[in-house]
Amino acid sequence: MSAPGAAQFCVRLLRRQLLLAVRRPIEIANPLLFFAMVVALFPLGLGPSPEKLAGFAPGVLWITALLSNLLTSDAVFRSDFDDGSLEQLLLAPQPLFLSVLAYIGAHWLTTGMLLALVSPVFALMLNLPLQAVGTLVVSLLLGTAVLSLVGGIGAALTVGLKRGGMLISLLILPLYMPVLIFGGAAVQAATSGFPAAPYLAILGALLCFAVALAPLAMAAGLRISIDA
Amino acid sequence: MWSIFHKFGSPPWLYSISGAILRWLLPATLIALIVGVSWGLLFTSPDFRQGNSYRIIYIHVPAAVVALAGYYVMALAGAVSLIWRMKMADVAMKAAAPIGAAFTFIALFTGAVWGKPTWGTWWVWDARITSMLILLFLYLGVVALYEAFDNKEAAGKACAVLSLVGMVNIPIIYKSVDWWYSLHQPASIKFTEKSTIDPSMFYPLLLCIGAFYALFTCCLLLNMRAELLQRESRTQWVKKLATESGRN
Repeated sequence: MSAPGAAQFCVRLLRRQLLLAVRRPIEIANPLLFFAMVVALFPLGLGPSPEKLAGFAPGVLWITALLSNLLTSDAVFRSDFDDGSLEQLLLAPQPLFLSVLAYIGAHWLTTGMLLALVSPVFALMLNLPLQAVGTLVVSLLLGTAVLSLVGGIGAALTVGLKRGGMLISLLILPLYMPVLIFGGAAVQAATSGFPAAPYLAILGALLCFAVALAPLAMAAGLRISIDA
Repeated sequence: MWSIFHKFGSPPWLYSISGAILRWLLPATLIALIVGVSWGLLFTSPDFRQGNSYRIIYIHVPAAVVALAGYYVMALAGAVSLIWRMKMADVAMKAAAPIGAAFTFIALFTGAVWGKPTWGTWWVWDARITSMLILLFLYLGVVALYEAFDNKEAAGKACAVLSLVGMVNIPIIYKSVDWWYSLHQPASIKFTEKSTIDPSMFYPLLLCIGAFYALFTCCLLLNMRAELLQRESRTQWVKKLATESGRN
């Protein structure tokens, strides 16, 4: 049997990861539930006044999306590291650069993308103006992809550690900040009727940058973690 | 060329050469620090607008400059240790992280102390302050990651990757925070830096910056020496050094 080419291998990995995720639907639901619950905390903490909530809504939605992404990032490589299949991946002839992209792609499809798609519901609950909802979805689609890529670096570096959970937040939260700034600013601009396109363009640029560079760091991180 | 490269990889050589450097660098740093800081704090004329409170720049500015430079020292050392597998670069990277964090903290602390009488508040979410705070987080992340690994060789490599990722991110973080601030708040508190600083104030500042760089180098070398002794504690040369104690 001949080894599959890099692209084919990548597609197969992606399908495998997605299949694994679909077979455990609660794993897909957990980040969404987390998102819903944290969003519900804010009116309780800040008071239910609609005007106040509308002002905070862009930031609240973005920070909550960021946190739920952060909590799931830890698990991207974890189970494959535990059962040894990650080691096989490192030995495979296909470039690790592309394989990790498949992992991150699957992670984004099962967390960030779904989260962006359900976010309008929570946006309305927080009284975000309707005109900003479209921008919110687009900014979350672009932004969570960057978050998944950056989070993957943290996950790759800490996958070999037993107590990685808290550490990964310390490592990658500073790197999340630019995404939060531009994501929040895009929604804020749309809320006040200004064009949000420049911010979305910057998020897109960050995404291109992260797609090009983050897999390199992830591959290096995985090799270090497996060697350790 | 290669022999120098190989020498840098040798712990005993690095230990002895750093000892020789420290023997004159440490006193020189102390003198420069005492002269620079006392010149700045005691003998310059007070600013016509800020009075005496401006004097904190003789500590604040050098600490901030060195804190930023220290990150690049750490990241470049990390790159060298990743690319050429040079153990001593790994030692330098590990040694630089806590020192850089300390300098960043000093810069933030003195900034807050200066901000209270001048701006009337300890803290503002100004672009520069925020990015210095993020720099502190980046430093602490490297320290935390290093401590989390039991295998110190892997720890060094992981920290090197992290510090390189951070180095790519620092300009992005700085620009994004800069933009975020300028968009969201009116420039009510403008960090109006005197571009034409009076020479009588500038020379002590320059001396202080030089002294802080030297201080960073001293701390780095001392930290590296301690780390070297710890790592090589089972080797012949450290045992020899310990038995011949007193004659460094």
